[in-house]
Amino acid sequence: MARVGLRHLTVTIAGASALVGLTYLLDPFRNYQLATAAAYLCATAGLTLLIGLNGQVSLGHGALMATGAYTVALLPSGMLLLSVAAAVLVATLAGAVVGVAAARLRGPYLAGVTLAVTMVVPAVTTMADAVFHGDQGLSVAAPPAPLWVAPERWQAWQAIAAAAVTLFVLANLLRSRFGREWRAVRDDEVAAQLAGIPVARTQVLAFVVSAACAGLGGAMFAVLAQSVSPSTFSLTLSLYLLLAVVVGGLGSLAGAAWGALLLVLLPDAIHSVTDGLPLGPDLAQRLTGNLPLAVFGLTLVLVVLAVPGGLQGLLVRAVRRLR
Amino acid sequence: MERFVFLTLDGLARGAVYAAFGLALVLIWRGTRVVNFAQGALAVASAYLAYTVTGATGSYWWGLVAALAGGLALGALVELLVMRWAGRAGPLEPVIAALGLVLLIQALLGMVYGNDFHPVDTPFARTALTVRGFDLVSPYDLFVLGAVLTVMLLLAVLFGRTKTGLRMRAAAFAPEVSRLLGVRVGRVLTLGWALAAAVGALAAMLVIPTELGLHPTAMDLVFVSGFTAAVVGGLDSPVGAVVGGLGVGVVLSYVGGYLGSDATPVAVLLLLLTVLLLRPGGLFSTVQARRV
Repeated sequence: MARVGLRHLTVTIAGASALVGLTYLLDPFRNYQLATAAAYLCATAGLTLLIGLNGQVSLGHGALMATGAYTVALLPSGMLLLSVAAAVLVATLAGAVVGVAAARLRGPYLAGVTLAVTMVVPAVTTMADAVFHGDQGLSVAAPPAPLWVAPERWQAWQAIAAAAVTLFVLANLLRSRFGREWRAVRDDEVAAQLAGIPVARTQVLAFVVSAACAGLGGAMFAVLAQSVSPSTFSLTLSLYLLLAVVVGGLGSLAGAAWGALLLVLLPDAIHSVTDGLPLGPDLAQRLTGNLPLAVFGLTLVLVVLAVPGGLQGLLVRAVRRLR
Repeated sequence: MERFVFLTLDGLARGAVYAAFGLALVLIWRGTRVVNFAQGALAVASAYLAYTVTGATGSYWWGLVAALAGGLALGALVELLVMRWAGRAGPLEPVIAALGLVLLIQALLGMVYGNDFHPVDTPFARTALTVRGFDLVSPYDLFVLGAVLTVMLLLAVLFGRTKTGLRMRAAAFAPEVSRLLGVRVGRVLTLGWALAAAVGALAAMLVIPTELGLHPTAMDLVFVSGFTAAVVGGLDSPVGAVVGGLGVGVVLSYVGGYLGSDATPVAVLLLLLTVLLLRPGGLFSTVQARRV
């Protein structure tokens, strides 16, 4: 076990160092994209654990990201590390509340409840207008980057660090007793129960862990965008996260990384295509917002129908064939 | 008191819409054990079709006909092209496929019509009729109640009195046996999805004019309310969905009327959680759904 942990640590440090090196090769815009993908990765890694390893669909992870982001925005800006930790804590608590309430729920019921949770976010920010400033949202004053590093590069480093911590913790959890229990419950609840696994507690724990990851992702979102508003955390965000883990490959942390990358790169690729087309300003504006969504939706449907293992599944199969 | 009576009647009309929407979810759940998360998006697409037809012909009624026909066609298409193939891998796949459809449909609507709210006219006035100085109920609310009641009667006749309805019930109850007895189960499922989407389209036509207007995401919250209505019946009981819908409508009407409309999503969430935690199988369930 200790040896596995050591290997995970080595891989994590090597991967993070390679990414930090990469930030010196990228221009500021690409660095910002890398940072966004790393922030997404915190949330998608947690979600793939919940859906792929525990068989629960959540449409509320956008809302859990909102709890993390708003925590960072509301706390004083001096100690970023502390407020990020607080964000994870708040999201964990929110996840525990939803998870306990949803512990008796399965498939469509859990999806329905978490969908309702997501719909509540804008309503809550409007009702507690004095705290959350409604639709307008709050600004986040993150501590400035040190003088010797470009601000976008600094942001990328912060997000990479968050993603690395998330992946390291999750990779170890998946190899531990908890990971085995999650898989056992997903595959056969009755058999798991007979083997002495507390089914409900296992499922709540999976939800809480994935909520903590979503909180960290949301906190990084707040730091990167330097603002939070309810429109960022709409149902679309929750659907994006779901799309990322399904298209990347359910249940695999590498799949979560592919998905996070896809969420950032695909809209960008689509924009560069539509920018080249001769379109009127009105049509161009409609396409800008909606074409990536349409492509994402179509991809999600096609992957469910035709590519059950997602990108990671395709890769694994391709590598096997080469051998 | 006067406000209370008005809110109750208004809530019943709103609840009738939730009941219809929940009923559509129940129709599909009974046939396929799938909650159609794309139902709101399908219904909005039908309502946009109605918007175009009404704009071209100048008649609300042609728009309504177009919405119902469009709902039938969309529901059948979704079953034939997606859902028939999605259910084989596991129980999560149809849910995920439906959510993919939500993204796709809402984005397509945004591309064609733009992401602004389009206000929609009602065929009848929405100001309340006054009886001896009391604001009682608006003509439009009466129209909504009448329309939903008609649809429910038609569905009851279809399922209770016709051969097609018998086949649909048989296919939902025991698909293998029905197939052996000569029921074309695939066709029956397609018909079920088409009918459900048409009922959902009607719900969208009735509720959208009373809210902010037509928008690709206009039915998201209605979906959650309709889902809550269906859950009251344990997703399995049409009567439960109707009772649940009316209840949800009245509660939301009080919350919106006395606490402000911002509180309604919170109220929906609390209602849904209350029902699920108190009676996970629904208030009308007779069989225990899950034992672990």
